[in-house]
Formats: sequence, structure tokens, C-alpha cells
Amino acid sequence: MLLSARQLSCVRQDRVLFEQLDLQLHAGEVLQIAGKNGAGKSSLLRILSGLSEPEDGEVCYQQLPLAQSADDYADNLCFIGHLAGVQPQLTALENLQFWRACFALKSADDWALLATLGLAGLEDIPCQQLSAGQQRRVSLARLWLTSAQIWILDEPFTALDQSAIAGLTARIAAHCSQGGAVLLTSHQPVEIPGYAVREFMLEYRW
Amino acid sequence: MSHVAVFRATLKRELKLLARQKADWVNPLLFFIIILTLFPLGVGAKPNLLREIAPGVIWIAALLSVLLGAERQFRQDYRDGVLEQLVAARAPLLGYSLAKIAAGWISSGLPLILVSPLLALFLGLSAEALLAVVLTLLLGTPLLSLLSALGAALTLSADKGGILLALVILPLYIPLLIFASAAVEQAGFGLNYQAQLAVLAAMLCVASALVPIAVQKALKLNVG
Repeated sequence: MLLSARQLSCVRQDRVLFEQLDLQLHAGEVLQIAGKNGAGKSSLLRILSGLSEPEDGEVCYQQLPLAQSADDYADNLCFIGHLAGVQPQLTALENLQFWRACFALKSADDWALLATLGLAGLEDIPCQQLSAGQQRRVSLARLWLTSAQIWILDEPFTALDQSAIAGLTARIAAHCSQGGAVLLTSHQPVEIPGYAVREFMLEYRW
Repeated sequence: MSHVAVFRATLKRELKLLARQKADWVNPLLFFIIILTLFPLGVGAKPNLLREIAPGVIWIAALLSVLLGAERQFRQDYRDGVLEQLVAARAPLLGYSLAKIAAGWISSGLPLILVSPLLALFLGLSAEALLAVVLTLLLGTPLLSLLSALGAALTLSADKGGILLALVILPLYIPLLIFASAAVEQAGFGLNYQAQLAVLAAMLCVASALVPIAVQKALKLNVG
């Protein structure tokens, strides 16, 4: 068991989003958090990635509470939230260079990687001139370079076209076959070739 | 993932952005020049009065023009989610903050130092006072950049952070203003102003040791 949450609760603007929530993520598994808009999916992902503190309960990485394992956990985590994290005035290549220094990414042929992501010819154009789907592709390029075991992705399929979705699901499948684990949110059913996606339903509460 | 590597990568990135968005460093500079040219026009042909108020005027103009660019410092990275990802990955934010502060000084402090001798002539400053202006700006503008980065980091997630930033930061500028304008005034009278410079240097040392740590904590708090 890589990641587990025990008795989590989260309160936003005096509304209880969820309480006493238990969740486990195992190696080689894809877990999809589903639920209506405003059900607390993003808040849950932020808590699980250590960005915010739960109102109650705890998150454990390899059976240790995050308070003790935060550094190890951060080294093994790739978090991409609903904000893409792409600096719009920089080109795709420059964004990758910056991430490489900050997130200890593998060194690879960035040109070839961007080409496989369907961004050939757009490598040195400022990202603000790319479409929303292309910017999302730039942001997801990190997944091809990271050696982190746990991926937490908030709405990774937003704005992507069919071929990009196929590329991303293939990458997720390859990651799981190497013992990785993926936690993601999506409003569409997610199909990963060769892997059963476990769905975790988050009820909308008043 | 060392601090040095992140510092280098961030500084390189910020310098590229400055080269691309020239308004970021041109606007504060033009603002500084305009304020200083308005004073002789407003005060009229009274060279003695101008010379008397020049130290304060130059320094207040410098404070305000550094403040002008301060709000933008972390805002874009916050809105785009860059900061969120850095905090989640526990990337060395100290290197990132230091690079941001250095880039902030290059964009809003350094240009002021370069044009200040020219502007001091408008205000009728003597050669000694002119040298004092340059020296106090050299020691003072990095301090301005440090404090404005702190304000920007603290007010990052606040709506309409701009005015709040000014309210938080301007009081912290007071000691700097007092010693820097006193140094220029002393120089104008031909007196020794090393004591004031030493105080400015001491303030700069304390701030550069402590402010980056505070900036880092404030960024984490605002993102979490």
C-alpha cells in the first residue's frame, strides 16, 4: 500500500465536503475519484498531495504519516493540478528546462518528446499562443520525464483530443506496469488499456 | 534538486521573461524619471529649495517605483499553478525566492541606479551629493527589492493585493528612507556620511539573511 488516508474530513466555507473518508492507493493501480462539481475532488487531491491540511484525519505514505515522510513522499510524487503550471510567456522547451531543474526530471531529448506529444514545430513558440489542449500537452510532458512513483492528476484529460487521450492512457498503463500508481479525477469514464480503473465516488453533500 | 540548480534555472527563466516583457522594467524606470522631472516643474525656479528637498524626493521616487513592480513578482506563477507544483514537489523554494528577488532587483533597482546621476542634475545636486545618491541606491535598492518580495509573497492570495502590499511594505521602508536621505543631505554639506552608509549596509545584511526565509514560508502558506 503506497498511500492511504484515514478518517479524512475537509471543510470549505462552513460546508463539510467530506468526513471520515478512507482511501487506499496500491502500487500498479489507477484510482479515479469521481463526483459532481463541487463535491471536493480537487480539495481531496490537494490534501493527498500534502498541499493542504485536512480538518481531521491523516494521510500516510508507506504507512508513515506525512509529518514524518513528507520529504520522501515529495520525491516520489508528481502532482499536476487543474492549473497547468505552464508559464505562458515561455516556450515549451523553456518550461521543460525549468521543470528539469526544479523537479529533478530525467534528462531526455525534449524535441523528440514534444514531437511524440504532437507538438512538433511548436517547441519554440511562447505557450500563450498555443491552444488550451496544446498547453495541457506541454504540462503533461512532465509525466514522460518523471521517475516519481505516485502521480496525482487533477482532470488530466481536460481539453485533450482523442489522440492525446490515447497517448496519455498508454503512458499511464506503462507507468502502472512498472509498479507506479495513479490517482486522477475525471468526469468521463477512464479506460486504461490492460488495467481496471477503480472508481471512488465522492458524494456531493449539502 | 539543489538550491543552486533551482536558483540558476529560475534566474535564467526570469531574465528571459524580462527580455520578453520589457514593460516590467521600463515602466518603473519611466515612473521614476517622470516623478523626478515633475518636481523642478512643480517647485519652480528655486534651485536652493530643490537642492534641499532633493535627497528625500529621489528616495521617495525610488521607493514608489520599486513598489510599482512588486505586486507582479509572484502573481503569475501563483495563477498558473507553477508555485503549487513547486510546493507539492517540495522543490527548494529558497533558491527560487532568491532568484526572484535578484531578478526583481535587476528589473526595478538597477535601472534606477544607472539613471540617477542624470536625474540628480535636474535637482541641482553637487558632485559629492550625486556620489552619495549612487552609493545609497546601490545599498538601498536591494533592500527595497527584498522587502517588496516579502510583501508580494505575504499578499499573494489576497484579492486586490496591490494596495494591501503598499500598506504592509511602506512602513518597513521608513528606516531606509531616513538613513538614505540623511546620507545624501550630509554629502550635500560636504560632511562625512559613512555612518549612514554603514547602517544601510547593516540593514541590507540582516534583510538578505532573513527575508528569503520569510518569503519562502509565506509562499508555502499562500499555496497550501
